[in-house]
Amino acid sequence: MQNQICVIIGASHGGVNLAFSLRREGWEGRILLIDADPSLPYHRPPLSKTFLTSGEEVEKFSLKPEEAYQKEKIDLLLGQVVLKIDKQLKQITLDNSEIISYDKLILATGARALIPSIKGINTAGIVFPLRTAKDVINIRSAINRAKNKKVVVIGGGYIGLEIAASLRKLEAEVTLLERDNRILSRVTSPELSTFFDGLHKSKGVHIHTSQEVVEIQQAQDENVIICKDGNRYFADVIIIGVGIVLNTELAEAAGLCINNGIVVNEYCQTSDEHIWAIGDCTNHFSPHYQRNIRLESVQNAVDQAKVTAKAINGKKEVYDAIPWFWSDQYDIKLQMVGLSDGYSEVLLRNESINKFSLWYFKGNELLAVHAVNNAKAYVLGTKAIKEHLSINKEKLVNSEFEIKEAITSAGTQSMVS
Amino acid sequence: MAKITFITSSEEEIVLEGDSGSVMELAVQNGVPGIDGDCGGVCSCATCHVHVIPEYTTKTGEASEIEKDMLELDDNADEYSRLSCQLEITEDLDGIILRVAK
Ligand SMILES: Cc1cc2nc3c(=O)[nH]c(=O)nc-3n(C[C@H](O)[C@H](O)[C@H](O)COP(=O)(O)OP(=O)(O)OC[C@H]3O[C@@H](n4cnc5c(N)ncnc54)[C@H](O)[C@@H]3O)c2cc1C
Ligand code: FES
Repeated sequence: MQNQICVIIGASHGGVNLAFSLRREGWEGRILLIDADPSLPYHRPPLSKTFLTSGEEVEKFSLKPEEAYQKEKIDLLLGQVVLKIDKQLKQITLDNSEIISYDKLILATGARALIPSIKGINTAGIVFPLRTAKDVINIRSAINRAKNKKVVVIGGGYIGLEIAASLRKLEAEVTLLERDNRILSRVTSPELSTFFDGLHKSKGVHIHTSQEVVEIQQAQDENVIICKDGNRYFADVIIIGVGIVLNTELAEAAGLCINNGIVVNEYCQTSDEHIWAIGDCTNHFSPHYQRNIRLESVQNAVDQAKVTAKAINGKKEVYDAIPWFWSDQYDIKLQMVGLSDGYSEVLLRNESINKFSLWYFKGNELLAVHAVNNAKAYVLGTKAIKEHLSINKEKLVNSEFEIKEAITSAGTQSMVS
Repeated sequence: MAKITFITSSEEEIVLEGDSGSVMELAVQNGVPGIDGDCGGVCSCATCHVHVIPEYTTKTGEASEIEKDMLELDDNADEYSRLSCQLEITEDLDGIILRVAK
């Protein structure tokens, strides 16, 4: 195994964790970790949160220090794009025409920001996506230069909302435009959307829903954002947070099986036995939820990296993690566990102002918990979902009872049906 | 400057010095095995769990409510458990010994 080489494309949460886990699991061969991004690999979640508001350098948010790669003999190749995979010859081609052979190949190519096809979007000079450290540096300097610090954020998902919260901290005037009739419509229930809508409005963000942007015009030193219904908004700086495009082109051109992501089995192996894929770019079958899922989260990238490192070292372990995610906005910490899709009932448990949890059920099965400033609900929800515990719904919504008292052991039926 | 000692699960002793940032950051920067810091230090992942050797708990102080709750994710948590991303390095921490959680 010593003269084998493992090549990892993408050095972010997935790729970096994989490289270090490979060593921990006993891989003695060479490890080559390649990324198009020239920065030492960094944490992505702070980009829309503390990195945007602080004046810090990206190094402050590094996943690992440079010496750690040297110590573990992980060769980092940064600022270089992989253009092609030849799975018959087991080779990849870099943008400097160099060809590298591999024994094992891992695709941790993640995703890039989706730039919607809006008229004028490419000619207006001050439109920014937010996916990389470079994007944040560009946004920070554009806002510093802007005369009135007037920003329009297009897209009301988690990233759009986090950007809005961060920009308010920087004392910008923020307008957020959402195409659907509520913010967070693709990722959570109307109940939670209503809470965040109120929160942002109380912090001075102008939120407008049902606003489909159709054109951006440059007029003197301002930009005019025009919506389908004729509404116009004005901005010095425009930030786009409307979702991602998966980086699956390489895999597709190589002939790997793709279906809303690179399709992987329970060990994160693709349709080619020498190629694995992890993180945002993948689509996998979840034994817990009994369906195929695609996740965009640190948890998924890190946990798939661990399972893959084991599999490559001959210690097969099925990937069956319960997904979790967080979002920090102002002084609100949202923690989510499980997947709420297909819920038939959502129960609210209130603790105090700005501290509550939403529990999503399908019949009596707990699917997911969304907790606001309520780590206890998040933790107990995690255990209940993992272990398929029954919940006494009446006790759950009554804060005179502890959450623990509402959770009964596995298999026993709750008193209330 | 504070000197902090980590005892890893393989009983290795790692002594580090720091003057700012969190104990988790110090550990990750120096590759202390068992401290991952996956969430970047925002009390969301519990992968930075340490046990404070009892005689030093007065130096580290008490965990916040959210930290205590998050610690319950780990079945090995006990009364000496802390999330090291929540331990800010100051002179007060000088000399403490931490055992990295399993
Ligand atoms: C602003 C923001 C905030 C977020 N907040 C949270 C949060 O609070 N909690 C959470 O859990 N998740 C959050 N996420 C999501 C999280 O960051 C992602 O799920 C995670 O980064 C996925 O990791 P990954 O390794 O799969 O892919 P990515 O992070 O997308 O990395 C893929 C890497 O592959 C490289 N690459 C792709 N193709 C090539 C090629 N052909 N050649 C060379 N290199 C290539 C790219 O340059 C990139 O660096 C956030 C994301 C963003 C953008
Ligand atoms: S680093 Fe995630 S909880 Fe401490």
